[in-house]
Amino acid sequence: LGLALRQQDVVNVTFIRANGEKIKSSGKVGDSLLDVVVNNNVDLDGFGACEGTLTCSTCHLIFKVPDYDKLPEKPGDEELDMLDLAYDLTDTSRLGCQITLTKDMDGLEVTVPATINDARAA
Amino acid sequence: NTSAIRLQNVQQVTTGKRICIVGAGPAGFYAAQYLLKQLSDCTVDIVEKLPVPFGLVRFGVAPDHPEVKNVINTFTKTAENPRLRFFGNVSLGQDISLQELRQRYHAVLLTYGADQDRELQLQNEQEQHVISARKFVAWYNGLPGAEQLQPDLSGRDVTIVGQGNVAVDVARVLLSPIDKLKITDTTEYALEALARSQVQRVHLVGRRGPLQAAFTIKELREMLKLPNVTTNWRSSDFTGIAEQLEQLQRPRRRLTELMLKSLSEQSTRSSTAAAGRQFLPVFLRAPKAISAKEMEFAVTQLREGVAVATDATECLPADLILRSIGYKSSCADAGINFDPQRGHVRHEQGRVLKDGEEKSVEPGLYVAGWLASGPTGVILTTMNGAFAVAKTICDDITAKAFDTASTKPGFEVGSQRIVSWDGWLRIDQQECEAGKSKGKPREKIVDIEHMLTIAGV
Ligand SMILES: Cc1cc2nc3c(=O)[nH]c(=O)nc-3n(C[C@H](O)[C@H](O)[C@H](O)COP(=O)(O)OP(=O)(O)OC[C@H]3O[C@@H](n4cnc5c(N)ncnc54)[C@H](O)[C@@H]3O)c2cc1C
Ligand code: FES
Repeated sequence: LGLALRQQDVVNVTFIRANGEKIKSSGKVGDSLLDVVVNNNVDLDGFGACEGTLTCSTCHLIFKVPDYDKLPEKPGDEELDMLDLAYDLTDTSRLGCQITLTKDMDGLEVTVPATINDARAA
Repeated sequence: NTSAIRLQNVQQVTTGKRICIVGAGPAGFYAAQYLLKQLSDCTVDIVEKLPVPFGLVRFGVAPDHPEVKNVINTFTKTAENPRLRFFGNVSLGQDISLQELRQRYHAVLLTYGADQDRELQLQNEQEQHVISARKFVAWYNGLPGAEQLQPDLSGRDVTIVGQGNVAVDVARVLLSPIDKLKITDTTEYALEALARSQVQRVHLVGRRGPLQAAFTIKELREMLKLPNVTTNWRSSDFTGIAEQLEQLQRPRRRLTELMLKSLSEQSTRSSTAAAGRQFLPVFLRAPKAISAKEMEFAVTQLREGVAVATDATECLPADLILRSIGYKSSCADAGINFDPQRGHVRHEQGRVLKDGEEKSVEPGLYVAGWLASGPTGVILTTMNGAFAVAKTICDDITAKAFDTASTKPGFEVGSQRIVSWDGWLRIDQQECEAGKSKGKPREKIVDIEHMLTIAGV
């Protein structure tokens, strides 16, 4: 066994920036999508400001419809409350800190909504 | 003065673009983070009026929301970047002028926030029993200078004018069981006063209707769950509201649904928990007059979303009145193109405009955060705005919109008592230790002289 991760515990995740750029990354079963960003230093400015305590919505991610529908847990009231403050909210939006990786999420692609890329006034 | 010497050493080795940020709140730190990352040859100096950093994250965000303050960890990481220097206890307009900063840096970014409050402009507003929510927040959060406030909590009714999240924060602090606050970093003097509080009812009054309520759903849900507190709505405020749910955007719809649900559960609830404290939101009332134990409001009607006063009035009991109608910025330095009416710096996408000229910008002068946007939005909003302005600075450098070729000296430590980042870390450590024995995350030091002593200056 050793220290190496068993192959089947690795879950590959791709983050897609608003400009289409893809960032490939991975975590292990049981990690949250916020963990994946933090542990791999995925370069997303400001992501996860409240460190997963459901008080900031900077970890907002947009799922593809089939992926969204397959997520094992529906968002709770508290997550929906925070999502209501997120920019570019969609029907398939979730907070990354609330999504726990399972084996069948391998190959998941999620979109990171635009923040500074759009011409929003200061 | 060892910290000053260390600072000067850093100064000598740095070359490249010098950027000064005024104000160590979220806007300042997020902008610094972005600039340090995007411009490998820049150095960033943050000049802060207080000896301690973090602005409203430390002095605004409610003590019972410690999770929100986790952003401090990211800011600390930014501050530890060797290309960043922190100059605490330096106030723009007093210790250094804008002109001097602009001479000493290639670019200056103003992020000194909003530290004044809007007034109702009513007679008797200066009476003892009328205080601003801003001062009350500053009092329980330990802003230096606010410790003498002594709000009178001996009466039964508090009327809060305004329905934003700050108003709800204040209502929650007034209504929370004291045991819930004791484990937070609420200042000790505030805890003592709150423990003696006789306040039973908090009225939260807004000019407009439920569909325009300014608080967000998270804050409302928290209020509805507060132990020993009953929320009572006025059913007359909700006439015709349920019928409009369908047309609303999701955030507004969910907030309205939560209010309606709470309203519908009201009859069963009030009979079971009549003894506790009460939270009483009141809509469609505009402030009209202040007297000793009451506040008079004009009944309003909505016309295309605007509250228009009618001849009808209503008085609400008010042993204490808290005005929570917004913060505004001040003009820290006469050289700033400041709009006193709207309480912010005149700018175009973060580029500060020249005084009296519509479209022409001051080269190398920028503004972000609440000083630019006005006092609205959460840290997320401030972060996005600060990133955007930092990006504008990078774009302007690329476009050579201002001079970056000449050598700039940066800040020079003279005889002022300046708190370095290490100095802040010493204050931080003392505060955390002092809090430990009381079961609090920290006991804030409120006295500036005391802070400076601990910082070693
Ligand atoms: C009561 C309250 C509660 C809040 N709660 C939340 C919350 O729960 N969640 C959330 O996301 N957002 C919350 N916010 C909003 C959040 O605090 C703001 O979005 C954010 O702090 C604005 O950042 P800023 O950097 O523009 O200003 P500030 O945070 O005000 O920072 C400005 C800094 O500039 C310094 N300064 C002032 N004058 C000078 C000068 N002349 N020279 C040098 N420095 C100067 C100040 O000392 C301060 O450190 C709350 C706001 C308030 C008022
Ligand atoms: S990290 Fe703040 S809500 Fe997810």
